Amino acid sequence: MSAVTQTAVLDRTAPRPTGAGQVRQILTLVRRNLTHIKRQPEMLTDVTIQPVMFVLLFAYVFGGSINVPGVDYKPWLLPGIMAQTIAFSAFIVAIGLNTDIGKGMVDRLRSLPIRRSSILVSRSIAALIHSSIGVAVMSVTGLFIGWRVGEGVLRGLLGYGLLLLFGFAMIWVGILVGSAMRSVEAVNGLMFTTIFPITFLSNAFARTDVMPSWLRTMAEWNPISALTQALRDNWGVAGAAVRADAPWPLQNPELATIIWSLAITALIAPLALRAFNNRTTD
Amino acid sequence: MSAQEAPVIEAVGLVKRFGDFTAVDDVSFEVPKGSVFGLLGPNGAGKTTIVRMMTTLAIPTRGSARVAGHDVVTEPEAVRASMGLTAQSATVDDLLTGRENLRLIGDLYGLPRKVVRSRADELLERFSLDESGDKVVKDYSGGMRRRIDLAVSLIAAPAVLFLDEPTTGLDPRSRVELWDVLRGLVRDGTTLLLTTQYLDEADQLADTIVVIDHGRIIAQGTPLELKDQSGAASLVVTVSRHDQVQQAAALLRGVVGDIHVDADARKLTAPAGDVAALASIAGRLDEAGIDVDDLGMQRPSLDDVFLALTGHKAEETTNEEVPA
Ligand SMILES: Nc1ncnc2c1ncn2[C@@H]1O[C@H](COP(=O)(O)OP(=O)(O)OP(=O)(O)O)[C@@H](O)[C@H]1O
Ligand SMILES: [Mg+2]
Repeated sequence: MSAVTQTAVLDRTAPRPTGAGQVRQILTLVRRNLTHIKRQPEMLTDVTIQPVMFVLLFAYVFGGSINVPGVDYKPWLLPGIMAQTIAFSAFIVAIGLNTDIGKGMVDRLRSLPIRRSSILVSRSIAALIHSSIGVAVMSVTGLFIGWRVGEGVLRGLLGYGLLLLFGFAMIWVGILVGSAMRSVEAVNGLMFTTIFPITFLSNAFARTDVMPSWLRTMAEWNPISALTQALRDNWGVAGAAVRADAPWPLQNPELATIIWSLAITALIAPLALRAFNNRTTD
Repeated sequence: MSAQEAPVIEAVGLVKRFGDFTAVDDVSFEVPKGSVFGLLGPNGAGKTTIVRMMTTLAIPTRGSARVAGHDVVTEPEAVRASMGLTAQSATVDDLLTGRENLRLIGDLYGLPRKVVRSRADELLERFSLDESGDKVVKDYSGGMRRRIDLAVSLIAAPAVLFLDEPTTGLDPRSRVELWDVLRGLVRDGTTLLLTTQYLDEADQLADTIVVIDHGRIIAQGTPLELKDQSGAASLVVTVSRHDQVQQAAALLRGVVGDIHVDADARKLTAPAGDVAALASIAGRLDEAGIDVDDLGMQRPSLDDVFLALTGHKAEETTNEEVPA
């Protein structure tokens, strides 16, 4: 072949690709997702404006009717809304993943010498960051409506740790839904019609004591209730005490939250991985 | 280049089924280093499916394929490290700038950061995107998207490049520009596999063409060979004056036998014919005092080839995309 070439499009003497280490792959992809948020800050409304609106709506509009005499409803409500916000991590992952699959971005990434798991891990980390921004916004909002971390720093941090742990479990749900649904609209539809009712059907917004007994049983065994109860206990929220005959998860909310998170992960993760692999292999 | 050198891309008996439907049926081919291989076929022929199997995105139902010496099923990582892919629809990140897209993929290839940066700049310039490099891709025109998509595929200077309908949707000028870029890549030693619905594109770029229809290879060869396959060249004479058409026809019949006369267009077409016949006819026409507008050999176009091979025109099947 002739040694004389015209302007080379690329200098082929430069280093060859080796495939980045997995840490670099993940960091690179997380940065991509965070750039999305930077370019479209309105993506954050689901964890900022929406929960703040819920606080205002429930505290001032419905607050009077679901109030417990002698207990300030607003600081009591806040942990419930945080639990709801972290449950929405599933939604965030599902939308992001489904969009990437639909637009062929996952195929582009799969044609590169990277590990397939990096795609999921980076999505998950980005979603947890996304949700954490929401939790931070909620905490600041809480300061204005009388909420405080009242049981010391360690127990305060334990509350945040449980939130993150539960968010981790919800991410698998997001991967499953994002991989299985055929369009972003389908993801939207499914998530709105499940996550909202599930998070409402708990102790997050209203006391379970006054619910009809069948509803109360469902609500009290709802993982969201255990998480919310754990937050109220560890943050020393007034009115957190549960009835003496409340079921085990509400008596031991930290342990229940940990068990729920591990159980959801153990059950959903294999299904999620299979759905993702099926969807991205043909 | 020695004939023994192993092909850079090799497919052996590739089959891909989706349920009962066979999208790719026993396709084999070889692409030598530094050459351009064209997969030509109408919508639904199976081009994308073949490319997806060659680039590890789809698993062959049967058969095997190697890229740069690595098996696409058993060594996908090695295949991915040595090839670039430009998919049929541009897969760039809309919310990132052109430069960020290039750096994203470069980082994922594991290239040193300095190299990623300088190559990104180099490619933006090469694809005339240096001015839009810091704009988000969402604001790019269709042609710019296609260019950044191709540039991204080149960030790791892959030895093998797969292009799925690279010029579909581009205006004629952008098409020609892209062809130039591709020729440049080939000059630098890149091996290219491209799919196209455009016969002229395959004709322009490819060293070897495989024509596929309904997942099956129906013809294979150089553009020249394919044209020969659909019948020999013809000899075409356009006479200047209407009153000399019959005279010229008689003269031609004497040399090449059966001919076709289009009196209105003053055009005489003789099947077959070689350069010697052409010279002799030119001499006789001149001797007989017949004025000629045009005299020459006409090779069948790839369109004719396609028609001859498939029984339908290539364009007919592409009309599906046009809304009724
Ligand atoms: N994942 C899939 N599941 C089922 N059928 C598929 C799948 N992918 C492709 N096909 C079918 O396989 C056939 C070949 O498709 P392919 O996309 O390879 O064609 P193509 O030659 O690239 O067409 P085009 O020019 O329109 O891009 C089509 O009939 C298509 O419907
Ligand atoms: Mg195609």
